[in-house]
Amino acid sequence: MKVRKAGVAAAYAILTLFSVTMLFPFFWMLMSSLKDATQIFQMRLLPAKPTLGNYAYIFLSRSSRFPQWFLNSAIMAVCTTLSVLFFDSLVGYTLSKFRFPGKKLIFLLIISTLMIPTEMLVIPWYAMARSLKWVNSYWGIMFPGMISAFGVFLMRQFMGTIPDDFVDAARVDGQGELRIFLRVILPLVTPALATLAIFNFIGNWNAFLWPLIAASKPRMFTLPVGLANFSGEAGSDWHLIMTGATVSMLPLVLVFLAFQKQIVRGIAMTGLKG
Amino acid sequence: MTLATKRAMTAYAFLALPLAFFLAVRFGPMLYMMGRSLTSWGLLRKTSSFVGLGNFREILADPVFLQSLSNTAKYAVFGAPAVIALSLGIALLLDLVPRGKGAYRLIYVLPYITPIVAVSWVWRWMFQSPPLGVVNAGLAALGLPAQEFLNSPRQALPSILAVNVWVELGYCTTVFLAGIQTIPSEVVEAARIDGASARQVLRKIVLPLLAPVTFFLAVMEGIQFLRIFTQVYNMSMQATGGPLNSTKSAALFIYQKAFVNFEMGLASAASLVLFAIIMAVTLVQIRVLDKKLNY
Repeated sequence: MKVRKAGVAAAYAILTLFSVTMLFPFFWMLMSSLKDATQIFQMRLLPAKPTLGNYAYIFLSRSSRFPQWFLNSAIMAVCTTLSVLFFDSLVGYTLSKFRFPGKKLIFLLIISTLMIPTEMLVIPWYAMARSLKWVNSYWGIMFPGMISAFGVFLMRQFMGTIPDDFVDAARVDGQGELRIFLRVILPLVTPALATLAIFNFIGNWNAFLWPLIAASKPRMFTLPVGLANFSGEAGSDWHLIMTGATVSMLPLVLVFLAFQKQIVRGIAMTGLKG
Repeated sequence: MTLATKRAMTAYAFLALPLAFFLAVRFGPMLYMMGRSLTSWGLLRKTSSFVGLGNFREILADPVFLQSLSNTAKYAVFGAPAVIALSLGIALLLDLVPRGKGAYRLIYVLPYITPIVAVSWVWRWMFQSPPLGVVNAGLAALGLPAQEFLNSPRQALPSILAVNVWVELGYCTTVFLAGIQTIPSEVVEAARIDGASARQVLRKIVLPLLAPVTFFLAVMEGIQFLRIFTQVYNMSMQATGGPLNSTKSAALFIYQKAFVNFEMGLASAASLVLFAIIMAVTLVQIRVLDKKLNY
């Protein structure tokens, strides 16, 4: 058994070493954000005189657009997530609990869109957004993500676990179909809704390619696009770039800490990046 | 109207808007782009004319596009196997330790859920030349020579690739660990009682049973690395895939053609080439790996 104990100790050593590699960039980012313009060029692990001046600049300075970008990201991530929750569960429910001609075909049609990567679609989306005057608007940035095929798949799987009797009983009670969906079905799938909501929020918050294309005016940037733009122009102001990076991660770290169980379970089911 | 027809009507009513969405925002645009790839479509031109396969001929003769394809191949060929091998190793180690699994896994997943733009700039900062970059400071402390990383045409692509492995590692580890935990412990114990060594258990039981998970991850990561864009955009100088196009991925090439040069027809043709490559690689993976991994 001695061999086994040594093995476990070695495993801990390797895992801890990897943890350091995974965490150090975040630590370095945070420490850099607490240094001022002169300390940033000193190679010290901990800042000699930690300062919150960079955060004051990012959040309060007149020339900083981060508050606007933060707001844009928050509004769009919340709106898209609400839309995805409603439509994906409605479609998943219909495809699981109704009988009608063309059901299989419709399901296949929706699922097959998962094969089309975003990179293939941004050019026609841009042409569409331009001719409909959607460029530089929230709707223009949000419209491609209002319904998610992956979410439809997920919700259909979950709806399958609800016994048909539940739906039938509600119908016998004479409730309307939409009411049955909202009042009877949705409360039964809240765990699935929570997983979908978290993943969709994270995916939207991090989205880069389409928001980069759909917004050309700085006031319409999302946080990642704003950060990329700001950093590209900031030159050697690394203390501000690292503060911006920290700020753009903040909401996600909070979501992550609050919902770690759902996130790990969701990842085990499949990935979250679109 | 019978009850069944009435229910079917309800179903169609529920599906109408979502179906319209998928047709208008997925299938329609895809078909539109296929058609437009055969025209001289450009945002700076007033008119566009049918050019047949001219765009494809032009794009496939463009040395920069060919280089971006070969860079993309490098990202996928080295990146996907690296992240799968590393995460499998970590997942097996995690399975071995009695305590702290959850905490380790949480740490590993952190890079995966944070914005790629942010971590790209953090690594770019860390990769700076001396005396600014902390990685070079670490090398110096170990008595090793300073490296150019993102400034060198030879090191830039491996550096970006390594960062993407770092990002994807937690995702693959979590999926592998979930797979390991579905292996019934009776199977492993029975083999142990029959005198199988730890190595035999790993090679004859654990790895074969993980084959479907490995296969799934190989396909997912293959696609992920073939599509690489955000990391390259944010980690290369001026967001152009430099130095000397050495890091430019196919996705970044398409972005520049379409949204910097406004050559939409050429960009459409290029993106269809990338799409065909992604589909072909996925199908080949499904065929080859399916045969190899499923007993």
